[in-house]
Amino acid sequence: MTAPHSFVEIRHAQKSYGTLEVLKDISLNVERGQIVAIIGPSGSGKSTLLRAINDLDPLTGGEIWLDGVQVNKALPHRQYEKHINQMRQEIGMVFQHFNLFPHLTVRENVTMAPKLLKKISDKEADKLAEEQLDHVGMLERIDYYPAQLSGGQKQRVAIARALAMKPKLMLFDEATSALDPELVEEVNLVMKKLAQEHMTMIIVTHEMDFAASVCDRVLFMDQGVVVEEGPPEQVFRNPTQERTRNFLRKHLEGAK
Amino acid sequence: MDTELILKVYPYFLEAALITIELSVLTIALGLICGALGATARLSRFKSLRFLGAAYVSFFRGTPALIQLFLLYFGGPQIGIQLDAFEAGVIGLGVNIGAYMTETMRGAIIAIDKGQGEAARTLGLSRSQAFRKVVLPQALRLMIRPLGVNINAQIKGTALVSAISVVELTYTAQRYIGSTYKPFEMFFLAGVLYLVIITITGKGVAYLDRKVRLPA
Repeated sequence: MTAPHSFVEIRHAQKSYGTLEVLKDISLNVERGQIVAIIGPSGSGKSTLLRAINDLDPLTGGEIWLDGVQVNKALPHRQYEKHINQMRQEIGMVFQHFNLFPHLTVRENVTMAPKLLKKISDKEADKLAEEQLDHVGMLERIDYYPAQLSGGQKQRVAIARALAMKPKLMLFDEATSALDPELVEEVNLVMKKLAQEHMTMIIVTHEMDFAASVCDRVLFMDQGVVVEEGPPEQVFRNPTQERTRNFLRKHLEGAK
Repeated sequence: MDTELILKVYPYFLEAALITIELSVLTIALGLICGALGATARLSRFKSLRFLGAAYVSFFRGTPALIQLFLLYFGGPQIGIQLDAFEAGVIGLGVNIGAYMTETMRGAIIAIDKGQGEAARTLGLSRSQAFRKVVLPQALRLMIRPLGVNINAQIKGTALVSAISVVELTYTAQRYIGSTYKPFEMFFLAGVLYLVIITITGKGVAYLDRKVRLPA
């Protein structure tokens, strides 16, 4: 086991369900402040890879490292639970279906985890909620319930909720796929803002334009392997692989 | 219908109704405890607990409550369990309704979207924190009405203990038939009193459900 060099390192990630291998020896390095997009057809393993980074879908082989610490360390059950809960505090995640807590107000959605895990006072929690919600433009809705928000607003609150834990890394799992087209932009703007603030991000997305405009690097995955990887100009304009070209062509046709 | 007779005997029926209410409250309380334990077992990470939970549910839902009651009250002394009729009634029916409540509670818990627990775990909450702070508060709201159905069934189900001669509403009606020979009046009166208890309880359940409902 060699010491990691990059901020995020995925080493030989492998995942099988029985005989079905959904991730086949994937390695990926992400530097601090970098933004990486993962694209590919559904069933390519891109969400599985993202969900392996914070161990929601544990790998069956390989290692995940974040800032010099192995996320999926082999530990006895109890110790591992402690370790992974700690690691997850440093890895924010945003889901396709927002997964806001419907029984809590926007404020409580943002403050629940910091209050519980960082033992901050009610006053500090309120300040934190106001800061984070202001950041995503949702301060006015602080005492609403999720059911009273639009999809775009829900997703912005979900981003604020993740950021309130002050994560080192943010994972986005098709954050705009469930949104009506007119609501996509407001979420993209928030993500662009995070990019400008040099948040390290790994983004699974279907939006090629967005990936091209904010990402440092694009990974094209298909059938559990990384088919092609490079800066967006190269992957989108001059893909070297036939499979990438096919995917992008189909995607363009679909968008028309 | 002999209304004069009804007016004469109804104070005794009211007293009996109090026993029915007492039986209902105690069996429902015991049922809720058994239901919570049962649901916990059914959803446990440990296979042996899951098996125990499933066995509990299938025995108590798979045999008549009356047989369970007889087994406990008449069969109990044979294996060293000595209970009076009221105690046997409360324990027998409480454990029985607990099996139904186990399934109600389990159903509400597994109906909560998996993404809820995942979102909580992703923020760094432990398994139990995620359950207590995120899944359970939503599941509790969801289980109020179906538990109301179990409670409704249980109130009517207390009539079974008349078979082991606990002097509650149904037994009282039977006893007065013996001296008055007016089964229609006696069962009618008992029925009305059950209806009153059930209606009030139903309203209470609906009120609770409205009170904790989230703004839409």
